[in-house]
Amino acid sequence: MKGWLFHLAVLGVLAVLAVILPAYHANNLARVLVLAVFATGYNLAFGYTGMLSLGHALFFGAGMFGAALPVTLWGWGGLPVLGTGMLAGGVVAAAVGVLALRTKGVSFMIVTLMFAQAGYLTLIYCNAVTGGDQGLVLPGAARQVLGLDLTQDGSRLWLALGIYAAALAGALGLVGSRFGRVMLAMRENEERSRMLGYDPYTVKLKVLVISGLYAGLAGAAYGVFFGYAGAGFATVQYSILPMLYSLLGGAGTALGPLIGAAVMFWLIDFASGLTNAYLMLVGVVLIVVVLFAPRGILGYVRERWLPWLP
Amino acid sequence: MAAVILQAKGLAKAYGGLKAVDGVDFALNAGEIHALIGPNGAGKTTFVSLLSGRIAPDAGQITLAGQDVTALPAHLRVRKGIAYTFQITSIYPRLSVFDNVALAAQSQGARDLAGAVGVALGRVGMQGLAGQEAGTLSYGHQRLLELAMGLALKPKVLILDEPTQGLAAGEIDDFGALVRSLVPHTTVLMIEHNMEVVMDLAHRITVLNFGRVLAQGTPAEIRANPAVQAAYLGTDDAAA
Amino acid sequence: MSFGPFLLLALMEGLVSAAVLALMASGLSLVFGVMRVVNVAHGAFFMTGAVLAWFVAGHVPGPPVVGWLVALIIVPPLVGLLAAAVDVLVLKRLEYEPEAVIVATIGLLYILEQVALLSFGPDARPVAAPFSLRLQLPWFGYSGYKLFVVAAAGAVLLAVWLVMTRTRFGLVMRATQVDRVTARAFGINVDRVYAGTFGLGAALAAVAAVLVVPTTQVHYLMGGDPLLLSFITVIIGGLGSLRGTLVAALIIGLSDGVISMFWAPTLSKIIATLLVALVLVFRPQGLFGAKA
Repeated sequence: MKGWLFHLAVLGVLAVLAVILPAYHANNLARVLVLAVFATGYNLAFGYTGMLSLGHALFFGAGMFGAALPVTLWGWGGLPVLGTGMLAGGVVAAAVGVLALRTKGVSFMIVTLMFAQAGYLTLIYCNAVTGGDQGLVLPGAARQVLGLDLTQDGSRLWLALGIYAAALAGALGLVGSRFGRVMLAMRENEERSRMLGYDPYTVKLKVLVISGLYAGLAGAAYGVFFGYAGAGFATVQYSILPMLYSLLGGAGTALGPLIGAAVMFWLIDFASGLTNAYLMLVGVVLIVVVLFAPRGILGYVRERWLPWLP
Repeated sequence: MAAVILQAKGLAKAYGGLKAVDGVDFALNAGEIHALIGPNGAGKTTFVSLLSGRIAPDAGQITLAGQDVTALPAHLRVRKGIAYTFQITSIYPRLSVFDNVALAAQSQGARDLAGAVGVALGRVGMQGLAGQEAGTLSYGHQRLLELAMGLALKPKVLILDEPTQGLAAGEIDDFGALVRSLVPHTTVLMIEHNMEVVMDLAHRITVLNFGRVLAQGTPAEIRANPAVQAAYLGTDDAAA
Repeated sequence: MSFGPFLLLALMEGLVSAAVLALMASGLSLVFGVMRVVNVAHGAFFMTGAVLAWFVAGHVPGPPVVGWLVALIIVPPLVGLLAAAVDVLVLKRLEYEPEAVIVATIGLLYILEQVALLSFGPDARPVAAPFSLRLQLPWFGYSGYKLFVVAAAGAVLLAVWLVMTRTRFGLVMRATQVDRVTARAFGINVDRVYAGTFGLGAALAAVAAVLVVPTTQVHYLMGGDPLLLSFITVIIGGLGSLRGTLVAALIIGLSDGVISMFWAPTLSKIIATLLVALVLVFRPQGLFGAKA
């Protein structure tokens, strides 16, 4: 109960921000929220279930093109393509997971990395359909969802907030459920869990598919919100970013990915005004977190002050 | 003659050239406490790992209540009622005691999770500790938690791998009373080195040596068996 | 040109990539074999070696060959020292936990690339070849320097092999590879072996970089493709097996040269990455490695 109220309060603060923020930051907040949806899904696999994937860029890219292609090929509208994008992320995650989950640890990281790289190269290779390096620009007509015109900053932010709220609620519900307990069990000790009657392979595959659905929805939303789908979003950097957000904000905490995404986004936004080598921050934060703060911001808060945080 | 609940026929497993388990025939009667003993390296842990499905046999057949489970993976055998508790305490140290036991209870499909967890913890005398993080428990309590997880699975057959290892004398007595209270509802198969515990608790004993069954019988029969004495004393007769 | 000479050219180009790849990949394989960790920053060390080579070559007066030779002598040890420092300051503190090391070396990759962007800039720049001998074949002329690269890579690999099999350092490394705990018990300074191994692995990438820069251009993102190809090579060859790595480098380098001359290079990369993923899933000991 305390947990739900706490998270409702956080969503309330975000809603207030949506009202009062100036346009530039409102637009950035929309980006952060969509990336936070992506990272929240990543965190279900990584933080809660212990699967360190380097392939999520592929699920994000699948969602983005799963939304963009129906628009450019068949002229579909904004709402249905959010659905097709989400579905594409889940389907691709299932296909990758069926094979990759036969491995674990470092092998799993490399296998997912290789699949994602193959997927990225395929997007480039099929440039006749995907636009290759140039990508696809989505027409304004396709960027209308539920009466909201997503070419406008304000409506974009409200829809982003709505999607994030749904994603957060979904994650909270999942980790608070019986299945959520099994996810933690897989992270902590796979062999023990097998001897309690749980098949690690199926449990992890289910979580990976859910995580892929999150990534797909986020990719689709990113494409529809900002009117562009590009193969660049399927590069390995987009697998590293959700991992970074989760680690920084706190792997295995519900709000950690949002905090990580927000902190990194504004750090990089600030640094990019000073230097063109602003991605240095990604490297520095990764190493600092892994060396000195493996539990991340919210993990530390939970340990010190709020042990009831999910 | 009691009904056989778990049976192995011609069970074999080799590692490289070493025959860890070499054609073992074995029957566990429903409702008994059965001890598995033998010198180090006799193949006891390999044998129960084959029964529980943690490793696959090279040859042989395993049946649970008449049903062939040889091809079933470990997690499905657990669901069918073969529970295994680890020799080296294997709990989830970063989860609460409640979550540890709940994982076992919900695997078994318990409707009332809190109730099922309470009952299992109650049987090992740990009701008050549900909220504690499992890794912070004393060693004795961790062993008991492991046992509570096994009980919460409501198994037909509970396999205990050296359950009294590292326990103090008083704890061993409590453990003995607890195991006795499980039968005949549950059948217990335990690997045990402590002969006092074995002779005190077991209805029947199977002695393994070099991967084969050396002897089987009641505690009195085993105590009187010359081959067993030879195996334990390590004389040349043992290999014959 | 008819098909025969065309294929010959493709094979020669492939041999050059195979030689460079063998150097790169043996560094990665060495680190994995001894330390059981994957160095994602291996390509970034390659890039750092190339940038340093450009810097040294530009600051040494005299004909290009002098600057290049100076680079060949001082750049690999410099990169090796940098890597050894990273090992002591970062990897050791992570206790070589495999997943944490991957995350940390991803971070290192970003830092090295961005430092290069800051100091070297975003443009691609050439390094002059130390000599411009041209080998005239009946059908086409071929760069004598490229053939020299093949020979030099072979010599370096031979030296590595001799170090591994004939010297005390090699023996100590192999002992540590087999069993870290026992090696420590026998008085081997495991920390120093690890720092040395990580440094040697990065230095091999730097040697490859100094050899290859006169035939290509220096750019701060040039480490990505060699990293991917090294991964592919090491995995196909069997993780940690030096012999398998060499065989795989030869096959991948040659087939990459041939395939990309006749088909789209993107397609061959797609096939290679998928192949690697499937090898890891179904045959983790590699195509040429013995079963562990």
